[in-house]
Amino acid sequence: MTTLIARRIGIAALTLLLVSAVVFSITAVLPGDAAQAALGQSATPEMIAALRAQMGLDQPAYLRYLHWLGGLLSGNLGQSLSNNTPVGELIGLRLPKSLLLAGTAAALSVPVALSIGILSAIYRGSRLDRVLSTATLAMVAVPEFLVATVAVLIFAVKLHWLSALSYVPDAPGIVPMLRAYAMPVMTLSFVVVAQMARMTRAAVIDQMSQPYVEMAILKGASPARIVLRHALPNAAGPVANAVALSLSYLLGGAIIVETIFNYPGIASLMVDAVTNRDMPLLQACAMIFCCAYLILVLLADVFAIISSPKLRRR
Amino acid sequence: MTEEKFLPRRDVLCGLMATGVVAAVGNGIGKAVAADAPINAPGATPRRGGRIRVASVSSSTADTLDPAKSVLSTDYARANMIYSGLTQFDSALRAQPALAEEIHDTDRVLWTIKLRKGVQFHNGKPLTGADVAYSLMRHKNPATASKVKPIADQFQEVRATGPNEVQIRLTGANADLPAVLATSHFVIVPENTTDFRTAVGTGPYKCKEFNPGVRTVGIRNPNYWKPGKPYLDEIELVGISDESARVNALLSGDVQLVNAVDPRSIRRVVASSHHAVLETKSGLFTDLIMRQDMTPTGNPDFVLAMKYLLNRELARKALFRGYATLANDQPIPPSNPYYLADLPQRAYDPERARFHLKKAGLSGTRLVVYASPAAEGSVDMASLLQLAAAEVGLNMAVNRVPADGYWSNHWMKHPLGFGNINPRPTADLLFSTCFKSDAPWNESGWKNEQFDQLLLAARGEADEAKRKQMYGDMQVLVHEKGGVGIPVFISLIDGYDKRLRGYGSIPIGGLMGYSFADNVWLDG
Repeated sequence: MTTLIARRIGIAALTLLLVSAVVFSITAVLPGDAAQAALGQSATPEMIAALRAQMGLDQPAYLRYLHWLGGLLSGNLGQSLSNNTPVGELIGLRLPKSLLLAGTAAALSVPVALSIGILSAIYRGSRLDRVLSTATLAMVAVPEFLVATVAVLIFAVKLHWLSALSYVPDAPGIVPMLRAYAMPVMTLSFVVVAQMARMTRAAVIDQMSQPYVEMAILKGASPARIVLRHALPNAAGPVANAVALSLSYLLGGAIIVETIFNYPGIASLMVDAVTNRDMPLLQACAMIFCCAYLILVLLADVFAIISSPKLRRR
Repeated sequence: MTEEKFLPRRDVLCGLMATGVVAAVGNGIGKAVAADAPINAPGATPRRGGRIRVASVSSSTADTLDPAKSVLSTDYARANMIYSGLTQFDSALRAQPALAEEIHDTDRVLWTIKLRKGVQFHNGKPLTGADVAYSLMRHKNPATASKVKPIADQFQEVRATGPNEVQIRLTGANADLPAVLATSHFVIVPENTTDFRTAVGTGPYKCKEFNPGVRTVGIRNPNYWKPGKPYLDEIELVGISDESARVNALLSGDVQLVNAVDPRSIRRVVASSHHAVLETKSGLFTDLIMRQDMTPTGNPDFVLAMKYLLNRELARKALFRGYATLANDQPIPPSNPYYLADLPQRAYDPERARFHLKKAGLSGTRLVVYASPAAEGSVDMASLLQLAAAEVGLNMAVNRVPADGYWSNHWMKHPLGFGNINPRPTADLLFSTCFKSDAPWNESGWKNEQFDQLLLAARGEADEAKRKQMYGDMQVLVHEKGGVGIPVFISLIDGYDKRLRGYGSIPIGGLMGYSFADNVWLDG
């Protein structure tokens, strides 16, 4: 088991390296560079040349990449090109906010999604299952910008219950916090709950068609006992993977929610980095998303290994 | 809608316009102090206290506290919140004294500026001539990466000639210097400042928090040089790039002031009893660029045909819901003191367009026009043009390209495309940066010797009547021969909470010409 996990970590590190190279070369292909982006419409050739030299963009691309990689290995993420502050500092301001949002949404959505998925698996084919299935399908189908916009129009603009902007750090306390976070968390949960619930239901139902479940039924076990005691432990691996995929989305895929609620998270930081052609910042964000994804998938794998006696003994 | 409309008061020529009245002894902009009377709510007494949140169009990690690097309206508003300039614009875009108490000139080349006494930076350091010299000359240093380097290059020398006196020597005569100094790029920073992670200025609000891409918080500067001002305790400036999210934030009461409201959202704003919009008729325009150094767009008959194909009235009504002013293929807006009102308005005329196209031998050709959301309204304008062109037998394809990278990759690079020019404070700045033969942003690559000569002559002309005549002649030249078609001037629309008082228009930009912080207070 340890070697299995060690190998996973090795592959993860390699993936990170490849991703950084790919992100770097794609940005290099994008039209324009940080100097042009910073000067915008009013750039003159002399001004661009001066700024390029200042930003170190006059060096060849591979040198810049190696330089960045060297910095990363020594723990230095470099300087942001567009605002001349250390990338670590910028990320340090945003990452906790993204983690808070993602964490709250996860804490809310995982139990809800698992309950919905398991309930509909237990009562497969019943009216409850059909209602839950239709509801989750509808939730998957509605794009989150629509959910967010409609929520803002109703709760912020019409009813004035909640805040249309989610960044309210001036008033600590439960009520302002709830007012600020209710809608973004709700919108994010809306999408991931539906996905996780459907995948959970599918994984559990898949187990339900196995011979051992048939055996349990013949023994006369109750439906709840069959699902919770027999099917669920075996479905844990696929469910954990579904949860990991959905949660990785909460960090990087939150860009629409961040835009609509003006939430200063890390996804909007990455969009800024692309717009400003801010390579060091973009690379750092890409690394964080990639890391988060790999860690979640790794955790899901480990969880699957632990929950499965077959894999555990290897 | 508020009723306050910006009225050009051409009879009250002062400041930069009045230079040369008493040329022998120099002339100045005097000691006028009440430069910035609030425009709305006449008679109301400003109230001190309160906190507002203001949302501008954009905010990213490229946000800056360095006035030289300001690019976007949010940056300009931030700069004017924290810093002060030597001069500042009033509602008629005249430069009024600010940190400069008096400005005198000799032949519009050598300018002597008397600084206001007793002004302190936020850290307590008194304002001196050395700060002014540093603040102006740093734009010429390529390492500063200043956006206004081409303009600052006209400062040959700036030096402190006394504790409260500065002399600016220009490379050539320029009667508009006071207006140049009123733009937010030329605000005053303490001598030798190179670190702009926080900001020290002499402006109405002190920088309490600056978090690029998130927000800027300013708190009241108790030692502000305008007695009694500013009024608010605190201002939070954020950027909300999504227009509907911005308007929603205003309507939900989360912010009290927003800029760049889409004309389509105005109905929603005015439907609320607590909110209103303010239209500022500005010099902002989106123009059709016909490169004069490429074919077939360099053909004068083609240019005329295109200008006749612009349906200005339709663009004004349909694209901007009436929140625009008809333009006449020349860039000086009616609000400018040098606007030539007598120039006959060019109308939509397919017959004349057909005639000129035939004369150019271009009937039935296929042409591509580049448009992008980066140039406001250009995609819709291109569609209107395409329809009009089809009427006269010109097959036009619209190539819509993304806003990202438009300015560096497409703007001015195709025979036919769209550009967008922000309001400039003076006719000279506009003409010299966008129309002079060797101007960096001469969009159409238009070369006209007569125009260049007039421009240089007008810049140093002491006689106001002659100067106006010259600017009039230049407008005629651009209208008749220039390579750009300008359909309309786009109005700037701000939305605000009605409790916000003292708010008005300064037609250099939205958010009260970016200087709302100096003027507003909160009622009740």
